[in-house]
Amino acid sequence: MSDSTQTATNVVIRFAGDSGDGMQLVGGQFTRTTALLGNDLATLPDFPAEIRAPAGTREGVSGFQIHFADHDIFTPGDETDALVAMNAAALVTNLARLRPGGLVIVNSDGFGSGDLSKARLDHNPLEDDTLAGYRAVHAPITTLTRNAVEHLGLSTKEADRCKNFFALGMVYWIYGRPLKPTEDWLTAKFSKKPEILDANLSALRAGRNYSQTIELFQATYEVPKADFRKGRYRNITGNSALAIGLAAAAQKTGQTLFYGSYPITPASDILHALAPFKQYGVATFQAEDEIAAVCAAIGASYGGSIGVTGTSGPGVALKGEAIGLAVMAELPLVVICVQRGGPSTGLPTKTEQADLLQALYGRNGEAPCAVIAPRSPSDCFATAIEAVKFAVEGMLPVFIMSDGYIGNGAEPWPVPDVASLPDITPGFRTDPEGFLPYERDPETLSRPWAVPGTPGMEHRIGGLEKQDGTGNVSYDPLNHEHMCRVRAEKVQRLQRFIPPIEVHGDAEGTLVVGWGGTWGAIRSGVDVCRREGLKVGQIHLRHLNPLPADLGDILARYDRVLVPELNLGQLSKVLRDAYLVDAHSFCKIQGQPFLTREIADAIRQEATR
Amino acid sequence: MTAPVYKKKDFMSDQLVRWCPGCGDYSILSQVQTVLAGLGRPKEEFVVISGIGCSSRFPYYMNTYGFHTLHGRAPAFATGLKVTRPELSIWMVTGDGDALSIGGNHIIHLWRRNVDINVMLFNNRIYGLTKGQYSPTSEKGKKTKSSPMGSLEKPFNPLTLALGAGASYVARSVDVFTTHLRDQLQMADTHRGTSFLEIYQNCNIFNDGAFTSFTDRAVRDEKVLYLEPGKPLIWGPAEQRKGLVLKGLRLAVVDVGEDESEIIVHDPSNKALATWLAELDGSGEFPVPVGLFYKEDRPTYDGGFVEQIAEAKEKFGQGDLNRLINAGDTWEV
Ligand code: SF4
Repeated sequence: MSDSTQTATNVVIRFAGDSGDGMQLVGGQFTRTTALLGNDLATLPDFPAEIRAPAGTREGVSGFQIHFADHDIFTPGDETDALVAMNAAALVTNLARLRPGGLVIVNSDGFGSGDLSKARLDHNPLEDDTLAGYRAVHAPITTLTRNAVEHLGLSTKEADRCKNFFALGMVYWIYGRPLKPTEDWLTAKFSKKPEILDANLSALRAGRNYSQTIELFQATYEVPKADFRKGRYRNITGNSALAIGLAAAAQKTGQTLFYGSYPITPASDILHALAPFKQYGVATFQAEDEIAAVCAAIGASYGGSIGVTGTSGPGVALKGEAIGLAVMAELPLVVICVQRGGPSTGLPTKTEQADLLQALYGRNGEAPCAVIAPRSPSDCFATAIEAVKFAVEGMLPVFIMSDGYIGNGAEPWPVPDVASLPDITPGFRTDPEGFLPYERDPETLSRPWAVPGTPGMEHRIGGLEKQDGTGNVSYDPLNHEHMCRVRAEKVQRLQRFIPPIEVHGDAEGTLVVGWGGTWGAIRSGVDVCRREGLKVGQIHLRHLNPLPADLGDILARYDRVLVPELNLGQLSKVLRDAYLVDAHSFCKIQGQPFLTREIADAIRQEATR
Repeated sequence: MTAPVYKKKDFMSDQLVRWCPGCGDYSILSQVQTVLAGLGRPKEEFVVISGIGCSSRFPYYMNTYGFHTLHGRAPAFATGLKVTRPELSIWMVTGDGDALSIGGNHIIHLWRRNVDINVMLFNNRIYGLTKGQYSPTSEKGKKTKSSPMGSLEKPFNPLTLALGAGASYVARSVDVFTTHLRDQLQMADTHRGTSFLEIYQNCNIFNDGAFTSFTDRAVRDEKVLYLEPGKPLIWGPAEQRKGLVLKGLRLAVVDVGEDESEIIVHDPSNKALATWLAELDGSGEFPVPVGLFYKEDRPTYDGGFVEQIAEAKEKFGQGDLNRLINAGDTWEV
């Protein structure tokens, strides 16, 4: 560590380069090392929709942002303190996020005339005043990496592949991170390719040494450990937390968890995470399309497994009819929607919250489903278990509304105690005595789960309206109205599982109501305003259908209600409808998460309205 | 354990059958009830899964487990059920519109995956439930309410489609050939993999007589070729027997006398032959073949699915929740 080590409470770093430069990989390594050092952290991968947009172009820039701190943090950060830019396009597309006076490390080898023209620049930003006002470090990273691996006799292409690790080595030194976790990871990964291992290790170490020797950096930074609650932690993305939560639910119930899915951004990682979990009672099925994925899941539920399907907004649109059948057949089903920018194909790799109304209402007929939403990457674990519990105990479809931001984002997760996980009790029926397929539990209104193979209980179900009790096809007008109301009431009665709402902050003034992945930004914005002396309370809804029983009372306590959402005001419509409350929307629909500053500004405006 | 003994009526549900009087579906229902009752399997192990259409009302009339699902999607429901409950005997009922139009994408994937279920496609070459529009198997030029000047579409041949999609078992029967139909249902049940049985079915309301050109008693003998493995491809009344021979690379019809040696012997493992036979539609001198066209023994999807799970459990041990959530890089605070 240098003589002038400064202590920082929190730091935001962004790695940016071409999609072929391995920025997500080194971002992931920095995250892992930082987690192991005990900092709190939040990450934001930001990649282009194309797998490989033309190299060197602005469209091909891939970024990875990490915010780490010695205290609890809730977002990947508004502005960056440090930017690593591997080429001209990465610099110009990311510079606006760098705070004034921030550190920018540029790979000066990425600014040749070809790089400039691909980035649509007619002059070299390293040669004018573009970087005035920042602490810029020009390092010929490509050349330095080639020199560092020269002894291995690799091709230029192979050598250049290591330059991300050179950059990572530089950043490790600046922020006082050890190389060891990454060295160990590389050693495990490339144990069968000693040359590639040697090259990456050499690049990593050379980057660190370069930082140390050139003394271009005025200071290095230390970010002390965060004050975590005692316990064991692991770093986790929302998509893997969902997968682990689903597998945990399978283990808890002892039933097979069947996951039917068709590849779609940004939900495919759930399928990837679940496919190797076969020994945990998970069965995965890559279907021929979105519709087959949900239908197969319902078929599995019919047979007594836990049927789950995962997708994004476009897939939910295709699955609508089948979800309606699960409502009608009263079978358990979990539908995961990792929301992305819409409509249509929209912005596949960007985040949005515009599928809430689709989840609540997007089916033919009166087809109510339960809808719940995780608030952060690690919260996806508990949400998955809760969704399975609702589906299995309520005999109905349950939506999990995640989004691209929490699905791909990562944060430390306090690994829960297995004993503390909720019990899930499926209502299997095996006694044929007096059996009726649509006989209802008087408390929950659920029907029995009577699966094929059970002697003496042969019966038929389907999408035609059912007579309550017998389950026979019925066109009776009054029975239809009765059944529509029963199906809605069954969802409503899930309120029995919903704990009282936690209110953060003040019990008067402005109430900020959010849902889903915006929790972190809203929490940070609320805290900023409260430090300024504003009276602000925050509630964050996990349950969107049914809504919590105490929500109406809480809304009534405040003078003003502000609803920030990454859509054009969907939850606010729901709240206005359910409670006749004068909820004000604060909307952003840019494919990007809220910044703390945007939330704080909106609260200040609302408070003085 | 002795096999359970059932009567046909054990497989009849208490629901009133609501097909039009005279519909070919009645005969098929009756044969299926008879055959399933005689398979010696506990009744609770049968599941009848259907899509949407006249034929898809079928499960309601069977006293087994039954699921009347969505238009065209029955293969997907059946797949999800079979891979998680491989011990069940699943019978899928579909129609020409259900399977080949709205559900085309699902049936081709069912065939190629070779999920071990029995598929009965009731082909009446018309949309019945929606009251008489042309279907994907209606002949070109067919005049219906939605095609007053005649349909412009070349029909699908369900058998060649199945063969092209990699189906491992392809057969055909006819609603009114009751004995033949029962035999075909029984044979389909013994095949491991997707057993595909096309059943020509008369819709007497919207497409009456679609198959009479070869099913009428008066012409049946002259026009129908009953395919039997290991037997020469011969049909026709005793004194006017005809047979199929190979002329170059084409099938040709010859009169058959005492000597049958040049007649092709039916071999359901020969896919090229199956494809030629499936192309025959009774035009000219050619017959309409019924029976088993093709059968191939190959691993089933559900078998592989279950094996992979067992293999994972063997390799990694039965999953343990604690190990699962503590996997990866963890650290203590
Ligand atoms: S419309 Fe045709 S296929 Fe449908 S029930 Fe009537 S006769 Fe049978």
